[in-house]
Amino acid sequence: MTIVSTPADQATGIRPPIPPVTGPPRLRRHRPDRVIAGVSSGIAEHLGVPVLWVRVIFVALAGLGGAGLIGYALLWGFVPATEASARRPSTARDRQQAVGLVVLGAGLALAGAALGTAWGGWLTGPLGVALVGAGVVWREADASQRTRWRSGAGVVSGMFFGAGKMALLRVLAGIALVTSGIAVFLLNQGNLGQWRFALLAAAATLVGVAVLTVPWWLRLMRALGEERRARIRTEERAEIAAHLHDSVLQTLALIQQQSDSAREVRRLARGQERELRSWLYGPQGYGRAAQARTNGGTAASAFAATLHAAAGEVEDTYAVSMQVVVVGDCALEEPLPALVQASREAMVNAAKHAGIAEVSVYAEIEPGQVHVFVRDRGAGFDPATVAADRHGLADSIRGRMERHGGTVTLRTAPGEGTEVQLAVARRKGGEET
Amino acid sequence: MRVDTSGDMRGNRGIRVFLVDDHALFRTGVKAELTRAGTADPSAPPVVVVGEGGSVDEAVTGIGHLCPDVVLLDVHMPDGGGAEVLRRVRPERPDVVFLALSVSDAAEDVIAVIRAGARGYVTKTISGRELADAVCRVHAGDPVFSPRLAGFVLDAFAQRPGEAPVGDPELDLLTPRERDVLRLLARGYAYKEIAAELFISIKTVETHVSSVLRKTQLSNRYELSRWASDRRLV
Repeated sequence: MTIVSTPADQATGIRPPIPPVTGPPRLRRHRPDRVIAGVSSGIAEHLGVPVLWVRVIFVALAGLGGAGLIGYALLWGFVPATEASARRPSTARDRQQAVGLVVLGAGLALAGAALGTAWGGWLTGPLGVALVGAGVVWREADASQRTRWRSGAGVVSGMFFGAGKMALLRVLAGIALVTSGIAVFLLNQGNLGQWRFALLAAAATLVGVAVLTVPWWLRLMRALGEERRARIRTEERAEIAAHLHDSVLQTLALIQQQSDSAREVRRLARGQERELRSWLYGPQGYGRAAQARTNGGTAASAFAATLHAAAGEVEDTYAVSMQVVVVGDCALEEPLPALVQASREAMVNAAKHAGIAEVSVYAEIEPGQVHVFVRDRGAGFDPATVAADRHGLADSIRGRMERHGGTVTLRTAPGEGTEVQLAVARRKGGEET
Repeated sequence: MRVDTSGDMRGNRGIRVFLVDDHALFRTGVKAELTRAGTADPSAPPVVVVGEGGSVDEAVTGIGHLCPDVVLLDVHMPDGGGAEVLRRVRPERPDVVFLALSVSDAAEDVIAVIRAGARGYVTKTISGRELADAVCRVHAGDPVFSPRLAGFVLDAFAQRPGEAPVGDPELDLLTPRERDVLRLLARGYAYKEIAAELFISIKTVETHVSSVLRKTQLSNRYELSRWASDRRLV
């Protein structure tokens, strides 16, 4: 087990706010409740306020030089639509109210413009007409997208013409409104030179085409995003399948072949379990891919991984189960490799001599030093009676630790189990992760 | 939901256990293990499986109907998993104790289910004897900390350089004594051994562990809430 926190967390030391348990619903336009495009009811659900308030605010803003209209148009363009709604469906009264508000909003916007506020004048003129035309086309594009969802038609064919003759008529009417609005606007400019008129006409045509094709561009972008997501999902699935094939299926095959040897089966199962766990939950594993793999977490989190690997080898060789718990982590700098090797030797001793199926290994990385405890509840022994020719503890553990300035404490007695405590000071400047 | 009438010993002072897991094979195994552990050690209070649930809905209905003492709860299930069962049952039956049981040892799973209200967490590789023991322990009111859970908690409460100051020292910091107890738990010591090691009574060890559990459940430390929210279990 390793607990790795992303370096960014510690680098900044900022504690972000606790994420809410269940966030508000994501902002989506609500097609089932829509009057124009479902923006208001979507916002109302997102914020948890009555939809009427949202509509009234849009209307009030529309009076301010058309700001509400522009805001509405932007939200329409950038907020994705949904068919599903958790809210109760809107009643006929709601809809009447909403239609009334739309008319009121339009009236307010026009009135504001007609009263000649400096920044609202554009609404009364031909550009207002063009705006209405664009609205009609966008709404139709919204509807045709729904039809396309239902029928599964292609992107382009379902673009504007998905819903029959009336829809086509509406789209054409919208285009006509936009075109005539722009044309009238151009003609009204009056006394322009020939060149300037031509330039302005070209620019206006481009703007008109851009406005009319906004739904199409947005949809193209979303389709691309969708395709990318699908491709990533496929790749992920392929990676998982490959991994399962390479590891789990192979092990299962081996287990079937060796089913008469309980020890061998247990060893295989333990090894596979360990491998799968580190793949799922380990620092460089699949589950941590997003954070750890990108910032190349290998160097900073090497100690825990190495200790786990050492425990794994002992587990494989001696068919005992190792309970490894590591708190904190750090880079594998001197003298930590020696500590890992001494710990490994202690694990081997426990596995060989304790006569027990489970060994606990606990390591704690502190800013100043690193402790490792290897403990079993097995046979234990009397240190005084160990034969002089047994070098495991004396050389591999005690000698190694002392050469690197570490200490070894041994606690054991016959029948009491054994605990080997290893401690070593970290070099200055060791980076805590 | 299956109701096991043969094991329903309301009058007897056995510990009545309800089993929640979506794998029927595993439920059968746990039941057999608990029975075997009970016959092997007659001195311990008998652990009786009074019912099983294979889904969140079955579990909620069954627990409400049978009022077991302890619920053994699988963490990963369809429809929201163990945390969903905790969320739906706990407000109505605060007296039922939950012990989480899972194959996973990802920090986010362990911490999430502890913060949702479980009094302990053990992995499914635990032996029948140890499981029966853990059931008795949570029933008596003590949390069950596996070495791994103790490691996660130590790590979550570790002071790191450059960390934001703690909001509530009462909840966001461990006392040195609690830290000692947790370290020994992570080293695989039993309560009795910890008491002997630190020259304190077992009762005091239990008090320390309970207080650590409370802090783990209520503290707003970033690590804890991050782990808990990673899997959206809480």
